[in-house]
Amino acid sequence: MGRAWTTPDLEQWDERIRAKAQELGLSCFPQEFEVCDQEHMLGYMAYHGMPAQYPHWSFGKAYEKLKTLYQYGLSGLPYEMVINANPSLAYLMRDNSLCLQLLTIAHVYGHNDFFRNNYMFRDTRPELTIGLFKLHADRIRGYIEDPSIGLAKVEEILDAAHALSLQCRRHTVIRKLTPAEQREHVLEAAQPPMDPYERIHKPKEYKEPDLSKIPLEPEEDILLFIADNNPYLTEWQRDLLRIVHTQARYFIPQIETKIMNEGWASFWHYRIMNSLDLPEDLHLEFLVHHNNVVRPHVGNINPYYLGFMIWQDLEKRNGGASSPSGHAAIYEARESERDVSFLRRFLTRELMEEMHMFEYKRDQQQLVVSRVANEEDWETIKQTLLRNVGMNTVPVIRIVDADFRHNRSLRLQHEHDGRDLETEYLERTMKYLFQLWGRPVLLETRVKNEPVTFSRTENGFERIKQ
Amino acid sequence: MQKSIFRPYVESETLRSDRSARDRSRHRQKVRESIRENIADIIAEESIIGQSRDKIVKIPIRGLREYRFIYGDDAPGVGTGTGDTKPGQVIGESEQEGQAQGGPGQKPGVDYYETDITLEELIDIMFEDLDLPNLERKNLRQIQVEATRKRKGFRKAGVRAHLDKRRTAIARIRRAIASHSTHLETTDDTRFPFHRDDLKYRRLVRDIRPQSNAVVLCIMDTSGSMDTMKKYLARSFFFLLHRFVKTRYQHVEVVFIAHDAQAREVSEDEFFSKGESGGTMISSGYHKALEIVQARYHPSHWNIYAFHCSDGDNWTEDNAQAVKAAEELCAICNLFGYGEIKPLNSGSYGNSLLEVFDQIHAPNFLSTVIESKNDIWPSFKEFLTHERPVEAAAS
Repeated sequence: MGRAWTTPDLEQWDERIRAKAQELGLSCFPQEFEVCDQEHMLGYMAYHGMPAQYPHWSFGKAYEKLKTLYQYGLSGLPYEMVINANPSLAYLMRDNSLCLQLLTIAHVYGHNDFFRNNYMFRDTRPELTIGLFKLHADRIRGYIEDPSIGLAKVEEILDAAHALSLQCRRHTVIRKLTPAEQREHVLEAAQPPMDPYERIHKPKEYKEPDLSKIPLEPEEDILLFIADNNPYLTEWQRDLLRIVHTQARYFIPQIETKIMNEGWASFWHYRIMNSLDLPEDLHLEFLVHHNNVVRPHVGNINPYYLGFMIWQDLEKRNGGASSPSGHAAIYEARESERDVSFLRRFLTRELMEEMHMFEYKRDQQQLVVSRVANEEDWETIKQTLLRNVGMNTVPVIRIVDADFRHNRSLRLQHEHDGRDLETEYLERTMKYLFQLWGRPVLLETRVKNEPVTFSRTENGFERIKQ
Repeated sequence: MQKSIFRPYVESETLRSDRSARDRSRHRQKVRESIRENIADIIAEESIIGQSRDKIVKIPIRGLREYRFIYGDDAPGVGTGTGDTKPGQVIGESEQEGQAQGGPGQKPGVDYYETDITLEELIDIMFEDLDLPNLERKNLRQIQVEATRKRKGFRKAGVRAHLDKRRTAIARIRRAIASHSTHLETTDDTRFPFHRDDLKYRRLVRDIRPQSNAVVLCIMDTSGSMDTMKKYLARSFFFLLHRFVKTRYQHVEVVFIAHDAQAREVSEDEFFSKGESGGTMISSGYHKALEIVQARYHPSHWNIYAFHCSDGDNWTEDNAQAVKAAEELCAICNLFGYGEIKPLNSGSYGNSLLEVFDQIHAPNFLSTVIESKNDIWPSFKEFLTHERPVEAAAS
């Protein structure tokens, strides 16, 4: 089924699609398409779409897993893969029909526009992306080939670093304070609050803040902190930690905007393809594919579906496609929201009921529906959804003291939000943390509503009750 | 908007760049390591005996999860439904494999996975670190083993991979000088090409090395008291032993002896599938072993390893004879091992040969108790890593 195509065909159609995209207001980076086969696509998927990436077994694992899922028919291959770069780079599957290619091209322009204009991506420096990853790959290969370092030692650090890579500041657009600013901040906070009646009140005692404390303020960038503050790491070890941190940071905006981004691209491929006056056979095939992409996954959240529904609804509620206000509303949201704020603002009760959203809980080995979207429960369900979106699936853990009890123990705090940490994973991850820090590590959290401290020292993992 | 660029599909490129090959092989290597660490559990769980070598076994991989700080599974989730979803409805199992969209926050259940390997591969992995203990070099009747190939001289024909470039180049220069040509030093526009006669290939010959001989005597009690469970344990043990010997040494002979009140030499198939009957005279098995050794495997030529599995339920009158025969076996064997099968709750604790065998003080005698499936691998390893004292080896 489906029409065959040649590269000139695609170029011709692309002219029309691109003109349409521009007419509809999308503003994109220059776009490059590369035609590849399944093996290639699997390869790109395993390596996050990057043409160059440093070697690590986890990518091999990802490849095997993707391939198995694909071979057993549990998951199809994506029609496309776009990476946030300037010029933007996208991959098209060789074996797809003409219709799918057109849908994909239109979809890619949606992503491209999103990458270029959403505020989360402002600091990702897309013009450097591909070169940066190549540079990382070259440096790490250099360490592996260095006879005094070698694969085993590099892998040891990378394994540990990967475990902690997402423990970093999630608000990438908010600038991190410099050490000097942090000092000022701390000094300011120590000042007693303004008191309009200070002449009649007893003056509050001024407590001198401890400026020698490290870190001055709780620190979320765990890898960076270790790279900067563990004096026993060698230069190449620090470099590995910084590379892993930089890469994780690059992907955070994508994690944070998955629903918006996929929804936006689906929204536009739908609009563009419908406006192209496709011949009937192509149009019907397009509808089949489109419905497949944005179909609800029962019992799960399909980001394409959820995003697509919200964008459509948002435009409709603001006057529809033909009105300037509808246009302005979606373009404004595309620029200034991320998934959490987007869902909080625009996921309405009506939409949730239309999508039959429900909340489920684990009861022993089963998943049991606990609430369905209705008058009483829709807000609770929405709150649960927000917690399972983007970086909210990663626990917030901060370093509060790097010299605890003055013996260079590292003390961390988990900001408990009602969800307990998984203990086995906690134990293994703390082992990595201990390995990188080289001194005892303590983590304060709550388990079943009790405050608990876990410690990891050279003698092993321990749970200290408080 | 700027014109987009389309890069067409390039066939040759795909053939060249299998970029993930290295990371995949490193991943597999790690899988193997993880399997080796968990081998005792796998042996206990998998019924591997008598299975064909190509049987595929599923093995849970534990060491290869990528650990992070994640939330436990008490946290609720949200899904979209069909409209008839009601509170209290069960929508699935807690571990939904392959459902997650990747990225962070994967629940532990999702990251758990199994790998398929063939039994043969599994056995390879198991035996990688083991070696037959005390393999002495016996001087006579050594078996010729073709281990590898080694270089020996040069020849004029061969495959390209064996071309010796240095010698080939020298031959060309030699020929140039012999032909009184001065081309080599002068200009570059007159060529002096290689000739077929210049080509020198390395010659490889088969490297035949003598290897010590070894024979393994598997002695198993098949008397009436050996119930299904006991036989299963004994067979598992011998199965490992047999496989091990076959995997590691090309020229090791294996003899199977089954005994009740009488002993017979049996074939491999019979040994692993024979039913039980009769009383128990352990000495009969030992005498049979001694007999076979006398006839076919003289101790001065062969390294002899004997292993015996029994439930220890011997006729008391036979014990003295059994000890005597065991001592004789110890004298001629490099290692004589006795494994007593005492499954938990089997109720047959009455008789044990272990106490009887305490009288044997030969340093190359080793006994162990196998109580459950979990003991098989540890005792197997113990047998094969048993270090014989040096002075005893010299005697």
